[in-house]
Amino acid sequence: MQTYYSDLLVIGAGLAGERVACEAAQSGFKTTCLSIVPARRSHSSAAQGGMQAALGNCAKGEGDCCDIHFIDTVKGSDWGCDQEVARLFADAAPIEMRRLAHWGVPWNRVVPGQSFYFKGGEKFEKYEKEEKEGLITARSFGGTAKWRTCYTSDGTGHAVMCTMDNRCAELGIDVFDKKEAISLIHDGKTCMGAVVRCLRTGQLEVFLAKATAICTGGFGRIYKATTNAVICDGGGHIIAHETGLVPIGNPESIQFHPTGIVPTDILVTEGCRGDGGTLLDVNEERFMHIYEPDKAELASRDVVSRWMTHHMRQGKGVKTPYGEHLWLDIRHLGDHHISTKLREVDEICHHFLGVDPRKELIPVRPTQHYTMAGIRTNKDGAAYGLEGLYSAGEAACWDMHGFNRLGGNSLAETVVAGGIIGSKIVEFLQGYETRFDTRTVNLAVKKQEERIHDLIHGRKGKLNVYQVRNELQEALMKGCFVFRNQEGLEECVETLQKTLEKSRKVGLVSDGIGANYELGAAMKLEGQVRLGLCIAQAALQRTESRGSHNREDYPERNDKDWLNRTLAYWPEGADMPELSYEDTTSVFELPPGDRGYGGGTIIPADEKYVKERTVKSPVTEIGKKK
Amino acid sequence: MGRQLQFEIFRYNPQKKGDVPHMQTFTLDETPNMTLFIALNRLREEQDSSLMFDFCCRAGICGACAMVINGRPGLACQTKTKDQPSRITLHPLPIFKLVGDLAVDTGVWFREMYAKTESWVHTTKQFDPKRQEERMDNEVAEQIYELERCIECGCCVAACGTARLRDDFMGAAGLNRIARFVVDPRDERTDKQYFEIIGNDHGIFGCMGLLACEDVCPKKLPLQNQLGFLRRKMGITAIKEIFRKK
Repeated sequence: MQTYYSDLLVIGAGLAGERVACEAAQSGFKTTCLSIVPARRSHSSAAQGGMQAALGNCAKGEGDCCDIHFIDTVKGSDWGCDQEVARLFADAAPIEMRRLAHWGVPWNRVVPGQSFYFKGGEKFEKYEKEEKEGLITARSFGGTAKWRTCYTSDGTGHAVMCTMDNRCAELGIDVFDKKEAISLIHDGKTCMGAVVRCLRTGQLEVFLAKATAICTGGFGRIYKATTNAVICDGGGHIIAHETGLVPIGNPESIQFHPTGIVPTDILVTEGCRGDGGTLLDVNEERFMHIYEPDKAELASRDVVSRWMTHHMRQGKGVKTPYGEHLWLDIRHLGDHHISTKLREVDEICHHFLGVDPRKELIPVRPTQHYTMAGIRTNKDGAAYGLEGLYSAGEAACWDMHGFNRLGGNSLAETVVAGGIIGSKIVEFLQGYETRFDTRTVNLAVKKQEERIHDLIHGRKGKLNVYQVRNELQEALMKGCFVFRNQEGLEECVETLQKTLEKSRKVGLVSDGIGANYELGAAMKLEGQVRLGLCIAQAALQRTESRGSHNREDYPERNDKDWLNRTLAYWPEGADMPELSYEDTTSVFELPPGDRGYGGGTIIPADEKYVKERTVKSPVTEIGKKK
Repeated sequence: MGRQLQFEIFRYNPQKKGDVPHMQTFTLDETPNMTLFIALNRLREEQDSSLMFDFCCRAGICGACAMVINGRPGLACQTKTKDQPSRITLHPLPIFKLVGDLAVDTGVWFREMYAKTESWVHTTKQFDPKRQEERMDNEVAEQIYELERCIECGCCVAACGTARLRDDFMGAAGLNRIARFVVDPRDERTDKQYFEIIGNDHGIFGCMGLLACEDVCPKKLPLQNQLGFLRRKMGITAIKEIFRKK
């Protein structure tokens, strides 16, 4: 058995993983990264829009500061986030963007003088100041008070990913691709690394480390319609969750994006609407301004997704063989804008739809997009339940997003959290020694060898992997999508319980030899159904509407009973998750209030409870400390 | 009623004892807006679970699914079946090591390229978190990004005549990488230093100018322009060196 050893093992080499790795390697620790695909293919590279940081350089970002970014983030989370974490994030983001510039990211810069921008289809003028020339500029994104989203044309994720991967190469970090972690090695208290399947040969390998960080992104692929890459299948969550010790935080908190194209669900960036694109219905009429007079198309994603679904329910959707959809219109932005600032969108339209967005409308509908849910960690990024285990990025519920993540905050989180959590891991590693128990390691490997043997030989059953996976995906689309209610969720839980049984009885059709894909899919299937059950059960229990979690039968946000975070554990051998709850945040810098969009009523929290936890100098609405 | 598509797919699993490379035929009913991503996944899920191929973003952004489609390297995710004849032949990319069937190992090739080109900004400046960022002209930033759009799919390498002749050729992707740092004012490397990396036959002087790299690049990168730009720059550097020695 090939065994590798390092101080830090990072599972997942997207932006969060590589940023964590850089921090440890810079401090002299031997660091290894694992990735299912070559690092630059990570889903981070698909993020087009940008990264939020309150630099305040551009004209429409003037006066921006970390306080306002903090307020936007907390409001966006619908008061579901940990405010200490949101504060850490907002304060560190500008420094991290500058660091990325130093490392090589070609951020777009301020160009002085007059220029134009679109909002809600109307053309406006702005003047950039001479003295700001050449500083990092920003664009507008939904749900923010200022223009704060730093970007590199429409390939921000790709550009930052290239720079980060270059930085890893410079620091000599071992980044192994085509390696998939299939279980954690632990003794019930401490994490020692992972059992890994090589996706070149199919061989099992052991990676031992003093600390392990899971940075594997989201798990959108358990939904049928998702904007996520095919690798975002929950692999990292599953290996943490199946220890029985590590909970999934807020599993019901899943974000849907308003503009997945039909039928392939490829995302077209929010930048389309940020730059002035509009949504149209079957009559080619705008509708968002009816529901959200102020922000219209620029309202928060969950709000836009909901109104789109609502509008289609009113019979205003475009009917096609793939179901109903609406239109995104960017025709008025013009050839120059579309060919430069929205080039990826242009390419997507041509390559996957055969549509020219200069002349034609783009078919869109809400699609699963982001998992605020994740491996629950404390503010240092340390996972609950196992010493030496960390998580960062979309994989984690760190929890700065609460129940709704703002556009541009996810890509920013990957590097900002990666930096913060990386430095906490360095603190952990300094002076830390451990012992690796070979018996524990051998048992962990043996267990995986047996699983593989059983699957290949159909020892537990011969159900088809893809059919069972399809059942899971369909059930979640039906019961746990944009709108949720008691009846639908109960049915979903019931269906998924049956699916769980089936997932334990799958067997391979193929021989499973080498880099066999079916085996990989079979190995994570039961874990995926468990994640699905966590979502459905947590959503069923949470009898309120908050952020992206929208209960038709409980439309109020209920701060009195639900100002808390769900923790979903899966004890070994169980058939259902065990849910418990913790306070959303231990301190309020911004006491619960109206999030400023999306309407809805709020059942207020106990005044005494809020007062006791509110810090002495809370930020006010305008963003200045009192 | 759509067409019936016939797929001729290269099959070989190097991990399987006694397996020999061969072509296998599959048939599939075409559906509207079908891409090779949809078709290959259907083939694997419905007809042969052992079929190996790579997809990741399935949106033309990550470069994972490059393969030889009817004799031409390209991205499978953005290949619509309606633009192809009803008989579609699929091979893995040449040059790269075969993982199995249509899946190849691009990761190792590109990591070696990063090492050869020292693919990072070489600077003596230290980052100071307390200071404002260094300024940069927006046009320069956009110029750098133009070259950084490479998704490392490997199509240019697979289509390259020189890369087939010599294993150590950097390929258009490698030379484009160098060009990215040459235009970046943050990188303090001199022309002479770049010359040491690419001023030879496995670098800039190995190219035979067949232009296939640019023809097949799914991101439409100006690969030959960059090559010309570097060759001129390196030619001048070489001449300067000759005179300096005298």
